[in-house]
Amino acid sequence: MSILIDERTPVIIQGFTGDKGTFHAREMIAYGTNVVGGVTPGKGGSRHLDRPVFNTVKEAVAATGAEASIVFVPAGFCADGIMEAAAAGIRLVCAITDGIPAQDMMMVKRYLLRFPRERRTTLIGPNCAGLISPGKAMLGIMPGHIYQQGRVGVVTRSGTLGYEAASQMKALGIGISTSVGIGGDPINGSSFVDILRLFEEDPDTDAVMMIGEIGGPQEAEAALFAKEHMTKPVIGYVAGLTAPRGRRMGHAGAIISAFGESAAEKVEIMRSAGLAVAPSPSLLGRTVAEALAKVGPKVRVPA
Amino acid sequence: MDIHEYQAKELLAGFGVGIPRGGVAYSPEQAVYRAAEIGGARWAVKAQIHSGARGKAGGIKLCTSEDEVRQAAKSLLGRRLVTHQTGPEGRVVHRLYVEAAVPIQRELYLGLVLDRKSQRVMVVASGQGGMEIEEIARAHPETILREVVEPAVGMTPFQAREIAFGLGLEPALVSRMVTTLTGCYRAFRDLDATMVEINPLVVTRDGQLLALDAKMTFDDNALFRRPNVSELRDYAEEDPRESQAAEYGINYVALDGEIGCIVNGAGLAMATMDLIKHAGGEPANFLDVGGGASPEKVTNAFRLVLSDPKVRVILVNIFAGINRCDWVAQGVVQAVRELGVSLPLVVRLAGTNVEAGRAILQESGLPLVTADTLEEAAERAVAALKGARAGAAGGASA
Repeated sequence: MSILIDERTPVIIQGFTGDKGTFHAREMIAYGTNVVGGVTPGKGGSRHLDRPVFNTVKEAVAATGAEASIVFVPAGFCADGIMEAAAAGIRLVCAITDGIPAQDMMMVKRYLLRFPRERRTTLIGPNCAGLISPGKAMLGIMPGHIYQQGRVGVVTRSGTLGYEAASQMKALGIGISTSVGIGGDPINGSSFVDILRLFEEDPDTDAVMMIGEIGGPQEAEAALFAKEHMTKPVIGYVAGLTAPRGRRMGHAGAIISAFGESAAEKVEIMRSAGLAVAPSPSLLGRTVAEALAKVGPKVRVPA
Repeated sequence: MDIHEYQAKELLAGFGVGIPRGGVAYSPEQAVYRAAEIGGARWAVKAQIHSGARGKAGGIKLCTSEDEVRQAAKSLLGRRLVTHQTGPEGRVVHRLYVEAAVPIQRELYLGLVLDRKSQRVMVVASGQGGMEIEEIARAHPETILREVVEPAVGMTPFQAREIAFGLGLEPALVSRMVTTLTGCYRAFRDLDATMVEINPLVVTRDGQLLALDAKMTFDDNALFRRPNVSELRDYAEEDPRESQAAEYGINYVALDGEIGCIVNGAGLAMATMDLIKHAGGEPANFLDVGGGASPEKVTNAFRLVLSDPKVRVILVNIFAGINRCDWVAQGVVQAVRELGVSLPLVVRLAGTNVEAGRAILQESGLPLVTADTLEEAAERAVAALKGARAGAAGGASA
C-alpha cells in the first residue's frame, strides 16, 4: 500500500494542453499513472495525448470519475483552479505552481474548510514537486526512475532535496512507500503533521524521513506530533544551517523571522523530541538505514 | 518588496490612518521649503532608507528653526547610515522626509503580519511602543495583544475595540483606534502586503492618534496585480546583484564566503551551502536557478556568481528532475567558453540524463572537476579553494 495515490487512482490534469501540462502528463502516463483526462477552459470536447479535454473540472469529474488532480495553472489563476477542483469533489489536489500570492492561498485554505470533513479536499503544495508512490503512480514532476518501491515514507518541503534523499536511499537498497512534497510556500495545503499522520496509519510504511528547512513552525510542530502520536521512527533533516536571519532563501517561506525558525533551533527541537536527525544532506540515506536497523529485521538493510 | 516610510504613510493615510503633516525632500532647500509649507516651529528631518532603528543611527533629527532643518538635511543627504538591519555596509541616504513634530503623550506598537501558525493575518499590539517588537516581547511580553483575522470576514470592529480597550485607550480615542486598525487591515488585504507596522503609533497631547513611523512589506508574488505598489520600488535600496538576478528569473542571495554556488532548487541550494561549511569552506551565495535551466539561464547564473569579486571557486550542483543533465552540461560548457571562466570549477550532476550530461562535460576538454555525490562536490570545492589560496600565496612570494 501507499498513501494518497496508487496505480488505480483516476487523475486529471488542470492546465492539460499547455507546455508544462503536456510534458508532465506524458511523463506521468509513462510512469503508469492512471491519467483519465484533463481540463483546459475553451478546449473542451477535443482530445489531447489520446485523452478527453474538458472545459471545467466538474464536467471532467462527471465524465471520468476523477479523484485526483494535478494543477499546472499559472500563479495568478492557480488559487481559482484549486478551488474549482475542491468544489467539483476532487479528493486530492496537487498544486505544482510556484509564486501564488499568499492571500490567495489564505482564501483557498478558508474555502477548503467549507466542505464537511468526509468530503474535504486534501491539498498538496503549492510550489512543490508533487507526490509519488514508487512503482505505482506519480502525481508530480519528479524523475520517477530515482525512486525505489519500498516501505519508507518521505515528506519534504524541497523538491530537489527529496530527489537527493530518494537516490541516496536507492543506493543503499532502501525503497519508498510514498514521497510527498509539501512545498516551499509560507501558506501550504498539507503540513508535515498532516502527512505524518497518514504515514502512521499506513500499514505498509515502517519509518518516515522528514526533510525541512528554515522558516515557519511546521517542522517543530511535526517533531512534537511524532513524539506524542507516532509509533514509527521519524528521521529528520533541516536545510539552511548557514542561512542568515531575515533573508529569504529562494522559497517564499524560507526565511528566519522568529524564534525556533532557524535550522539549528529546529534540529534541536527534533532531537529533543527523540527524532534521529541526519547531520548532513549527504547522510540522508545513511541515517534512514541506521534508524531502520534499530527497529529490527522487518526491513533488510544492506551494510 | 519594501518601501520607504513616507510611501507607507501615504498609502495608509488613504485607508484612514492618521499621520502628521509632512513632505519628501531631495535637497536642503527643498527640506526648508517643506518645513515652511508644513508650518509650526518643530520638525523632524528623517532619512529615508529601507531600515528601522534609524533614530539610533543618527538618521532622524529634531529641528526648531529653518536653519536647523537646512543643516540637518545637509548632514543627512549622501550620508551612509549603518543600522543593525542594514548590515555593516549601511545605506546611502538619497531622500528625506520632513514632518511636523507632534507633542507625544503615549507611544503604542501596532503590527499586522502573516502568521504562519494560523496561516492568517494576525494583529499584534502593545502599549509599549517605540521599541522594536522583539525587544517588547523580551521585556514586556504581558503587554502584547494578538488577534487573528478571519479572512472571509476581515477585521471586525469588535476585534478592534477589544485591542483598543486592551491597550487602555480612553473611550474618546477608541473609535479613532478602530478606524486605524480596520484601515491597516484593509491596506494589508487590498495591497497584498505581508507586513504593516506602525511603531510608534502615538497618542498626542491634543488627543490625536498618529502614525509616527510606518513600514510596509509586500508580497512579491502579488506585485503583478498591484501596479500602484510596484511603482514604489526603489532600486537604490536593493543589492544590484539581487535585482539583476530577479531580472534573470534566478533566486540569488549574496553571502560572505568564497565558494560561489549554482544549484537547482531552494532546499538543495541551502543544503549545498551547509555541506560547504561542513567541509570547511564558506558559501559566497545562495543561488537557485529554478526549473527549466536552459543554457542561457545557466550562463546568467555564472554571470551573477562571477560578478562577486570574493568568489575563488565555483560549485555547480544540479539534481535534474524537470531539468535534464545534458542540457545543464551544455549550459555549463557554453558559459565557461562565453565568459572565459578561469576559476576552478566543480560540477556535480545527478538525475535525468546524467550519463549524457557527464559525457558532454568530458568531451568539452574543459579543466573542470566532476563529482558524483553531494559530499564529493563540497569536498572537492573546498580542496580547490585551498589550492587556489596556495597558488595565490605562491605567486605572491615568487
